[in-house]
Amino acid sequence: MAALKSPRCFQDVILTLQSYWAGQGCAILQPYDEQVGAGTLHPATTLRALGPKPWRAAYVQPSRRPKDGRYGDNPNRLQHYYQFQVILKPNPPDLQQLYLNSLAAIGIDPLLHDIRFVEDDWENPTVGAWGLGWEVWCDGMEVSQYTYFQQVGGLDVRPVSGELTYGLERLAMYVFGVDRVYDLPFNDPESAAPLSYGDVFLENERQQSRFNFELSDPEMNLRWFNDAEATATRLLKEGNVLPAFDYTLKASHLFNLLDARGVVSPTERQSFIARVRELAKGCASAWERMETRA
Amino acid sequence: MPQLLLEFFSEEIPARMQKRAEEDLARALGEKLKAAGFDAKAIKTFSTPRRIGAMIEDLPAKAADVNEEKKGPRVGALDTALQGFLKSAGLTSIEQAQIVEDKKGAFYVARIERAGRETSDILQDIVPEIVRAFPWPKSMRSGASDLQWVRPLQNILCLFAGAPVKISVDGVASEAKTWGHRFHAPDAIRPKDFADYAARLRAAKVLIDREERKAIILKEAQAACAKRGLELVPDPGLLEEVAGLVEWPVVLLGDMDAGFLDLPGEVIRLSMRTHQKYFAVRDPKTQKLAPHFVVVANVEAKDGGKAIAAGNARVLSARLNDARFFWDSDRKTPLYTEERRAKLEKIVFHQKLGSVWDKVERVKALAVELCAVTGADRALVERAALLCKMDLVTESVGEFPELQGQVGRQLYLSELSGPLLPRGEGAGDEGRSNKQASDRRLAPHPPTPSPQGRGGGESIAAAIEDHYRPLGPGDRVPSDPVAITLALADKLDTLVGFWAIDEKPTGSSDPYALRRAALGLVRIVLENGIRLSLVAQIATSYRATADHYFRSGNLFVAQRDEEEDGRRFVRVIEVGQDWPRDLAKPFDSILVLRVKDPKTFAIERRFEAKDKEFVGVVWALWQVSHGVRHFLADRLKVQLREQGKRHDLVDAVFALGDDDLVRIVARVEALDAFLKTEAGANLLAGYKRAANILSAEEKKGKWSADEAQGAVDAAKLAEPAEKALHAALEAALPAARANVEKEDFAAAMKALASLRAPVDAFFESVLVNAEDAALRRNRLLLLARFREALSAVADFSKVEG
Repeated sequence: MAALKSPRCFQDVILTLQSYWAGQGCAILQPYDEQVGAGTLHPATTLRALGPKPWRAAYVQPSRRPKDGRYGDNPNRLQHYYQFQVILKPNPPDLQQLYLNSLAAIGIDPLLHDIRFVEDDWENPTVGAWGLGWEVWCDGMEVSQYTYFQQVGGLDVRPVSGELTYGLERLAMYVFGVDRVYDLPFNDPESAAPLSYGDVFLENERQQSRFNFELSDPEMNLRWFNDAEATATRLLKEGNVLPAFDYTLKASHLFNLLDARGVVSPTERQSFIARVRELAKGCASAWERMETRA
Repeated sequence: MPQLLLEFFSEEIPARMQKRAEEDLARALGEKLKAAGFDAKAIKTFSTPRRIGAMIEDLPAKAADVNEEKKGPRVGALDTALQGFLKSAGLTSIEQAQIVEDKKGAFYVARIERAGRETSDILQDIVPEIVRAFPWPKSMRSGASDLQWVRPLQNILCLFAGAPVKISVDGVASEAKTWGHRFHAPDAIRPKDFADYAARLRAAKVLIDREERKAIILKEAQAACAKRGLELVPDPGLLEEVAGLVEWPVVLLGDMDAGFLDLPGEVIRLSMRTHQKYFAVRDPKTQKLAPHFVVVANVEAKDGGKAIAAGNARVLSARLNDARFFWDSDRKTPLYTEERRAKLEKIVFHQKLGSVWDKVERVKALAVELCAVTGADRALVERAALLCKMDLVTESVGEFPELQGQVGRQLYLSELSGPLLPRGEGAGDEGRSNKQASDRRLAPHPPTPSPQGRGGGESIAAAIEDHYRPLGPGDRVPSDPVAITLALADKLDTLVGFWAIDEKPTGSSDPYALRRAALGLVRIVLENGIRLSLVAQIATSYRATADHYFRSGNLFVAQRDEEEDGRRFVRVIEVGQDWPRDLAKPFDSILVLRVKDPKTFAIERRFEAKDKEFVGVVWALWQVSHGVRHFLADRLKVQLREQGKRHDLVDAVFALGDDDLVRIVARVEALDAFLKTEAGANLLAGYKRAANILSAEEKKGKWSADEAQGAVDAAKLAEPAEKALHAALEAALPAARANVEKEDFAAAMKALASLRAPVDAFFESVLVNAEDAALRRNRLLLLARFREALSAVADFSKVEG
C-alpha cells in the first residue's frame, strides 16, 4: 500500500479507505445508481454474497433514509449520507486484523483509543438477510458494522462473506473532533477553495427533508410502488435478474418515501416490507441459480 | 497426575454468553470424560472476550483397563448365533471363548481384556465432539467452513501433561499457542502448563479470570469515584457484562455536561447503561446523580486515557441530547391524547387478542368490576386504566422500552404539577415536522387534571407505573388500591386471554411470561389480603375477551353437539353482534368461535370443533377457568413450598376446591400448625386408621360410599367408647363447620382436636368388625363421620405421615 498521510478532511478518509482496500485486492467500485437505504443493497454486496464465486469489492454508497431527515437542524442526523462498504467472499481468516489496519490507516491509533468489538446481530428484513458480527466501538462511538453474512434473500450463503460498513460522516467527525456534521472539512482545508460538509450538503438536507415530509406525492409513490413491484415480478419471470433487482430497489425506496409521509400504518408496514422481501428473495434465488450453474 | 489445559481461541464472544459458555464447557467436558471412564474431578473454567477454556489438574494418563466377561450362546447353538457373539465380543474364532457350565448347561463366555486408551487419544475424539455440539445461543459459519461457532474459531490449544495434543475439527488450527492482548501483546505465547499460561497471559495484559476482572473493575471504579467525593451506583448486571467486554480492564472517570441533570435520573442511567455500558455516579449525600460516568476501557492508553475519556464524554452528550429531545417532545402533550390512543389501536397485542388498546378496554372493564373486592375508587381506576398503556407510544419508551410505566408515571405527574411544555421549547427540539402539530391537540377526553385532585392523581400515577408489577420474585408488589386493582386486572386479562386462545406455556417455553403474570397475581392477592373468588373473576374477564371477538363480527355462540364417529361437533345457537348477557349460567356448554368465513359457516351451522383451520377460538369458559385456576394454584404451591410449607398440606387444602387464595393459605397455615401439635399428629394417625378400615371394607365390597351416608343408630351403640365417640362427633362436627364458616381455621382444628381422646379410646376397646351386622354398620358409620369431620378443614388423605 502506498504510504498516505493521516487524512485531513472527509474525502481523505474515503480516499484512504479506497486505497487501503484496493491494496487488499478489492475491486474499487463506484456508487450504485439507484436510490438505496444502505450500502448493503448495492448488488455488489446483496447479490454477490450469493453463490460460490470469490468476490472482493469496496465502494462508497450514498444512502437515503427519508425518515431521518431533520431539515439540516440536527448535528448528526441526515437523510442522505455516505457509507463505505467492503465485502470479501469468502471472508479471509485475518479479516479482523485487516479491518483494524484500515482504522490505523485513517489515523486511529489502537493504543491511544479504545477499540472494542461489541455484539451486534445484523438483520435486514427487507432483503431477508442476516448475519452475526459486531458494532465496532471507538471510545464508545460506533464507527463500523462488521458482519459475517449467514443468509441473503432467505438463502444460506456458502461460502460466507465478511461485510464491513463504515459510517463515513460519523467516523470523520470522530477523527477530526467535529461535533456538527456540517462543520466537517470536505476537501483540504488549506486548498484554494476549502469546502465544509455543510457547503456541499446543507441545502440538500433542507430541501430533501421538506420533500420527504411535506411535498412528496404519496398517491403517485404508491402507484409507482405497485408498478415497480409488477415490473420486477415480470422481469424475474423473464430471468432478467439485474434489472429486476433495480426495480426491487426502486420499490424499497418508494416505500421509504411513503413511510416518511406517515401514511403507512404498522400493519401495512409489515405487508410492504414483506412485498419487497418477496422481490428480493426472487432476485436472490434467481441470481444464485445463475451463479451456481455458471 | 497430569494436567489438561484446553483453550478455544476465537474472535470476540458476546459478553452475555461467556459465563454460560464456561458452564456448558465444564458440563460437556465432564460428561465426555466420564463416558470415557474418567472420574473428572474439579474442572476449572475461564473466559475472556476472545477465549473460553478449561483446566483439569488431575487426569490419568490413560483410561482404566477394561476386564469384562460376556456371556454368549449355549454350546452347540446355531452358527448365526455364534457369529453374532464373536462379532459383539470382538473375537475371531470360538476357540478364543471359554466354556462355562452352570445349572442350565454349558455356555460360551468371552473374557475381554482391553488396555485403557491413552488420554490424549481420547481427547482427540472428544474435543471435536464438544466443539461440534457446543450449545451457543446463536452460532455462525465462517469462510468456506461448515463449522458452527459463536464467532470464527481461530485455534484450539490442547495441552495434556505438558505435551500438545493436536485436535482436528473442520480445519481449525490446533497449535500449542495462545495470544495476548490484541493491541498490547499480539504475539504468540507457547505455554508449558496452566500456571505458565495464566502468568504469561497476565504479562501479556490478559486476565483470564472473570471474577478477578470484576473485582478490579469494582475496586478501581469505587476508588475513582471516592477520589472526587462521589460514589458508584452499583449495577451487578452491568459489571458482569463489562467484565466480558475487556481482557485488561482500565477504569476511567469521565465528565458529563451537568446541564443534562434535569432529565429523569432513570433516563440518564439507561442512556449510559444500555447504549454505552457506563456506570452512573452519584453524590453520596444527596443520592442524586452526579455529572460523571465510569467507563471501562480495554487498553492502557499512551496518554493515560485522556482521549478515551473525552471521546466517550462526547458520545454520551450526543446520546443525552437524543434522550432530551424525546423527553421534551413527550411532555408537550398530556399523557392521554387521541393520537396516542390511535397508535395503541394499531399495536398488536396478540393477533388473536387484538390491539393494545383492545386490551386496555378489557382491563378497564375488568378493573371496574374488581373495585368491589379491592375497595378502590371506581373513577380513579377507570382513569388509570385509560392512561396506563399510553406511554408505550411515547418517544422515551420507544428509546428505552424498559422504562414502560415509569415514563407514564413521570409524564402524568408533570402534567398534574404544571403547565405543559410549550411548543418549540426545549433543547434539541428539531421543530418543523408538521406531524407533531396534531400531537399537541389536547384531547377532550378523559378530563384533565383529575377531579379527585392531587391525592387521586398520585394514586393514578402509582397505578400507571405499578400495574406491571411485580416484575419478578424480587420486585415489590403494588400497595395502592388503584394500582392493586389495575395490576390484578392486567394480569388476569393476560392469563385468561392466552388460555382462551389456547396459548398456554409449556415446560420449556413461556413466551408471553404467563408464569410471571400468575405469580405476580398470587403475590398481589396474598400480600394485600384481597378476598376474591377466582372463578367469578375469571368469568368476568372471559366475557371481556369474548366480547372482543363479538365485535370482530366473525363470531358465533355455539353449543356442543352430539358426537359422531368420535368426532366432536358444535352447533351454532346464536349469530350476531349482541353478547348474550345471561351467559353466566350454562358456561360449560357455550363456546365462542371465530371462523374464517362467516357466510359459509352460518349456512353450515354445524362443524367440527377440532378443525383448527376453521376455528380461531374454541374454548369453553369452563376449560379456561379450570386451566387458569390450576395454573394459579401451581404458582401458589411453588410459593408456599418455597416458604417451607409441606407440599402435601398444600395438596390437602387444594383438594377441597377452594378458589379464594387468601383462605387457602390460611387453611394451610392452620393445618401446618395443628399437625405440629401432639393432638394433631395423633388425630392424623386416627384418621389414617379409620380411612384404612373403610377403604379395606370398600375394596372387599362389604361397604359402599352410599352406605357411608347413612345415619348412626344411637340406640345400637353398645360400648362406652363408641358412645363417647358418637357424642364427641355430634359436638365437634358442627363446631368445626361453624368455625370454618367463620374462617377461624385454628378454632376449627381445635374443635377437631377434641376427638383425639375418644378416637384413641375407640380404637383401643372397640372391635369394628363385630359379628352383629348392625353393630358393625354403626361402627363403620362412626368412622365415616370421623373422616367427614376432618374433611371440613382439609383432605387428610393427601397428608403424609
